[in-house]
Amino acid sequence: MSKTFKIEVDCANCANLVEEAAKKVEGVKDLTISFMTQKMKVTFEEGADEEAVMAAVLKKARKIEPDFEIH
Amino acid sequence: MLTRIIIALVLTVALQFIDISGWPRLTAYFAVYLIIGYDILLKAGRGIVNGRVFDENFLMAVATVGAFVLALYEKSGDYLEAIAVMLFYQIGEFFQSYAVGKSRKNIAALMDIRPDYANIEKAGKIEKVDPDDVEIGEVIIVQPGEKVPIDGIVISGDSSLNTSALTGESLPQEVGKGDEVMSGCINLSGLLKIRTTKEFGDSTVSKILELVEDSASRKSKSENFIARFARVYTPAVCYGALALAVLPPLFLMAFKGAPFDFATFETWIYRALVFLVISCPCALVVSVPLSFFAGIGGASREGVLVKGANILETLSKVKTVVFDKTGTLTKGVFEVNAFHDHNDNDIEHQKAKLLEYAAIVESSSSHPIGKSLQKAYGHKIDRTRMTGLQEISGEGVTAMIDGLTVAAGNEKLMRHVGVEPCNCHTAGTIVHMAIGGKYAGHIVLGDVVKPTSKAAVADLRKSGVTDIVMLTGDSAPVAAHIASELKIGKVYSELLPADKVRQLERILKDSENGGKVAFVGDGINDAPVLSRADIGIAMGALGSDAAIEAADVVLMDDDPMKIGKAIRISRKCLRIVWENIIMAIGIKGICLILGIFGIVNMWLAIFADVGVMILAVLNAIRAMYVRKI
Repeated sequence: MSKTFKIEVDCANCANLVEEAAKKVEGVKDLTISFMTQKMKVTFEEGADEEAVMAAVLKKARKIEPDFEIH
Repeated sequence: MLTRIIIALVLTVALQFIDISGWPRLTAYFAVYLIIGYDILLKAGRGIVNGRVFDENFLMAVATVGAFVLALYEKSGDYLEAIAVMLFYQIGEFFQSYAVGKSRKNIAALMDIRPDYANIEKAGKIEKVDPDDVEIGEVIIVQPGEKVPIDGIVISGDSSLNTSALTGESLPQEVGKGDEVMSGCINLSGLLKIRTTKEFGDSTVSKILELVEDSASRKSKSENFIARFARVYTPAVCYGALALAVLPPLFLMAFKGAPFDFATFETWIYRALVFLVISCPCALVVSVPLSFFAGIGGASREGVLVKGANILETLSKVKTVVFDKTGTLTKGVFEVNAFHDHNDNDIEHQKAKLLEYAAIVESSSSHPIGKSLQKAYGHKIDRTRMTGLQEISGEGVTAMIDGLTVAAGNEKLMRHVGVEPCNCHTAGTIVHMAIGGKYAGHIVLGDVVKPTSKAAVADLRKSGVTDIVMLTGDSAPVAAHIASELKIGKVYSELLPADKVRQLERILKDSENGGKVAFVGDGINDAPVLSRADIGIAMGALGSDAAIEAADVVLMDDDPMKIGKAIRISRKCLRIVWENIIMAIGIKGICLILGIFGIVNMWLAIFADVGVMILAVLNAIRAMYVRKI
């Protein structure tokens, strides 16, 4: 199950770093961030609680880039 | 941000004319410094708290605070440099986000074919609704100047449609009652009423948008390379700067007898700060995805949908192009090629009569050959002239027309009605005709080569494609005939769909050392081959979901010239990507080395950072302009 989210991230390097870190969040099978389209595509592990996973992803992302935003 | 830059700029200039010294001077300069750089300091602080030390905010904070401290120690009062570095960094950042945002918008506009609403008629009034709410079979109204929001069939009205957003084709398409229309076209002239055949989510326009938006999430090798590079590079430069600040002075003290005081360290700390300013990886990190994004955007405007940056990268390495003949090089519809008599000679004078009878007798047939005959005849068919129509499965049809018995079909049918057919030597599909119990001649039908096919093959060769191969399920003579006409050397004919996969695998194996192999199909029955190739190119395949799914590149129209163009677009894009990588790493590398020897000062360091980034962004934007490529 994969979903695409609209995000806000200011710099390309931050996007890469956030992607790298968010991939390791539990429940995330795969995750790509496109700085260009300002979109994040998340593939969840089977049976993962999507809302909880997304909250964890956002927390992790904010740690790296405080301005990170998921819409 | 812009106001902060302007305020800081004005204040900095003003400070140059005010003669203050000592603490007031430091306070004034430091205030300006905070105006322009407080967020960077904050971010750097938060980065350290979060255990993520080496980022560009940290680099900038250390470099500028370091410059302040140096100036303070030297009692020179030269705080300008610190402010200037921060100011230029912020201007660079501002420009970067402006340029990236602007080009993002430009490129997005190229792909902006999303219709905002659909018109439906309610109680005699036109009402705008969300296209998502329109169900299959509902009637929508498209006024001149509006986009067709959902795929469907015209039930009334005549108009011409601008399909350029979908196909890159600038010639308008004429549509009338009964014609299928694709969503995303723009209605140019008349009011159209359309019965929808798909939901909005399944319509052409939604499919294209989904494809293009997803494309950015498939990253190329160069992007991954840069991401990895940046991860190693930033900490490496930081440690390098630290070493530069500490090691040479220690060396001087140990071996040259330099005194242990700040003066020995001073120049080296300055050089280390220069080092830090040069080192920002932003130019690289932003320009590579921007180039790909611009390339994909430019290609989609030309009717070439590329599914990802990685695909664009592979496409640029294509050396072998394999065509599935039908639907790519040929139109995939039959056309009448020749009329022959019983001696296999051309019969010009009788062809009208032959065709007329053939069209009438085939008038109720829905077989592609029957339809092609009717189309070739071109006049209205008077079916009242025909009686006693009989269809003989696997042979053809017989009927009475104007009191004569007419039979049209294959050789079997001819023998069946008691005439001896002639053996035709032309490659193609043959329809024999017997009129009034006598052999009247035969019509040769063939799949027609597209008008641009020959040029497209030559164009591919010119673009550096070394091998061009044609696969087909057709008979050997037909295949050989078309191949020689198009100047294609390698032909494999009489292949079943499974054979095509096997043949492609052989070709893949043969080219393992060299370039990549692209397969071009029309998306009908060749999805397995499309997905097996390094690059699957589906042509004019907007109708076929399976093909869009399996292919890597989707050509929105069916012009084979687009293949060479797609390859050239990808090459241009990749060239720009590498130009940027080499330019950024090169300039930064040179400046770093010069920095070690103290040749580069802070001002040049800023150019190496901000200037390179601006050049890289401008260069990346070039990838979007591919119209005349």
